[in-house]
Amino acid sequence: MNYYLDFEKPLEELERKIEDLKKLSDTSEINIDSEIKKLEKKADELRSNIFADLTPWQKTLIARHPERPYTIDYINMMVDEFVELHGDRRFADDAAIVGGIGKLRGIPVVIIGHQKGRGTKERIQRNFGQPNPEGYRKALRLMKLAERFKKPIVTFIDTPGAYPGIGAEERGQAEAIAINLQEMSKLNTPIISVVIGEGGSGGALALSVADRLFMLEHSVYSVISPEGCAAILWKRDGAAVGAAEYEKAASALKITAQDLKSFKIIDDIIPEPLGGAHRNPKLTAENISEYIVKAIETIGCKSCAKLIDERYKRLRKMGSITQSETSE
Amino acid sequence: MAWFKKHKEQKTEKKVKIPEGLWVKCDNCKEIIYKKEIEKNLHVCPKCDYHFRISLLERIGFLVEPGSFESIDDDLLSNDPLKFNDSIPYAKRLESNKGKTSMNDAALYGTALINSRPVCIAGIDFSFMGGSMGSVVGEKITRAAELAAEKNLPLITITSSGGARMQEGMFSLMQMAKASAAIGRLKDSGCLYISILSDPTFGGVTASFAMLGDIIIAEPKSLIGFAGQRVIEQTIKQQLPDNFQRSEFLMEHGMIDLIASRKEMKSTVYTLISHFMPEPVES
Repeated sequence: MNYYLDFEKPLEELERKIEDLKKLSDTSEINIDSEIKKLEKKADELRSNIFADLTPWQKTLIARHPERPYTIDYINMMVDEFVELHGDRRFADDAAIVGGIGKLRGIPVVIIGHQKGRGTKERIQRNFGQPNPEGYRKALRLMKLAERFKKPIVTFIDTPGAYPGIGAEERGQAEAIAINLQEMSKLNTPIISVVIGEGGSGGALALSVADRLFMLEHSVYSVISPEGCAAILWKRDGAAVGAAEYEKAASALKITAQDLKSFKIIDDIIPEPLGGAHRNPKLTAENISEYIVKAIETIGCKSCAKLIDERYKRLRKMGSITQSETSE
Repeated sequence: MAWFKKHKEQKTEKKVKIPEGLWVKCDNCKEIIYKKEIEKNLHVCPKCDYHFRISLLERIGFLVEPGSFESIDDDLLSNDPLKFNDSIPYAKRLESNKGKTSMNDAALYGTALINSRPVCIAGIDFSFMGGSMGSVVGEKITRAAELAAEKNLPLITITSSGGARMQEGMFSLMQMAKASAAIGRLKDSGCLYISILSDPTFGGVTASFAMLGDIIIAEPKSLIGFAGQRVIEQTIKQQLPDNFQRSEFLMEHGMIDLIASRKEMKSTVYTLISHFMPEPVES
């Protein structure tokens, strides 16, 4: 049984009907195959119509879809001989960030990503993909290891944000993120980042200072969640905010892969199967592998000095400013 | 004196009409203090040592030689890349903040002298859109770090900020990476970076250049953190400890080097610079 989002409800009805007919055709003698085919075609059309016109808020919901593949799902589909490595060697092993080494289409890579967890028990264990400082410190430890052994780094971004908790503040959440930003900007090995779901602010950025930054077609990346933004803007005087405000905030913030590609904040958009990554995880994984391998091949041949220099230049260009002609 | 204290407490609770501009109520201890006395005391409450929020120019003024600060790139302006519009368009919000603060955005940077030591200095003013970091703020911090590296000067930043500027979306978030990368380069070039945190410093500013100081100094009792207190309370559904996210709390948890009062900030910074980066003797 698939999980349908609100705007997919018409599709749900149709697909239920198809399921029922299929069961019927298995048991009865009447041939309704042509009828099923017709309905399947109709469902495909409906789906492409719905997905051709998604609002940024709808994309946010797809990016957070409970059936959407997570980091570990992709690792299982993409990486051979993967060995997960644990712990920051200082405080704990943060289950909200996973990392390790394995072979991606024959290339040894260090892979690190946020992990949200499926089902209530695992979600709690993984803190809903919200890392504590030790998660970022584990990530940096693994990245330095990758640097020493000249392995490319691949990161998967999928978090609502870094965890806002007492312990996180006590152990230096801000410092952990800041250090990752500083160190990733000068790591001596290629870094490829892919936003696979939700890119939640600083907690996402701390794994995505990269030579190539890709986003899946229906993923989002934002400085603040649409809900957070809506609360700041419209929750004054105790007024309730809901879906309408989230729609407005999500549009205003320009958080979709398409918006961010047009701003040149990301390099490219990795296509998803119709209906979203969860409709065909294998195909999505293959698309992702394709983009990563291509990126490693183009970047991999650059000398280290040039690599770091170009990474700095990429970051240096970030921003949207003007300076009047009179100065300098 | 017990009777006197009691009497006074009652008095402060009553709403007394205070002549505008002559007296100030301390945000912390609620004492009513003669304004001139506070000004003479570098805007620090003489009763409870609370450090009032002051403008960036005042902060720089207390740190460097009078008249020595030369501001650079004052004409940097945000392009409003998202054409962000909530109740007020962002472009209008910027205009009204410019009028209010006579700054073009929330940050300033430039060179100055501390005693006779040339330094590079950058900072964020809370009164301009909550000191939030958009493209201009990120660019100025980055240029400050690059200038310091180029001229072999120590860099000092003074922050007071609510975090990244929502109205510039992902452009704001990317400033964190840009500024942090520039700080990384500055450190590799052998320059000292001192980060001064003042009340309040939060979010994307704390989680980037502000916590990257070789030396981090906070003003007493300042609120400093990653997540805001309301967000944490809503998440964990618990009351927060008393001094949570105050300078003293950060000190206790090993996150900062020093807590220095406004009065001793200049001499502290100068001493550190002269130890780590003494000026080359001219030959």
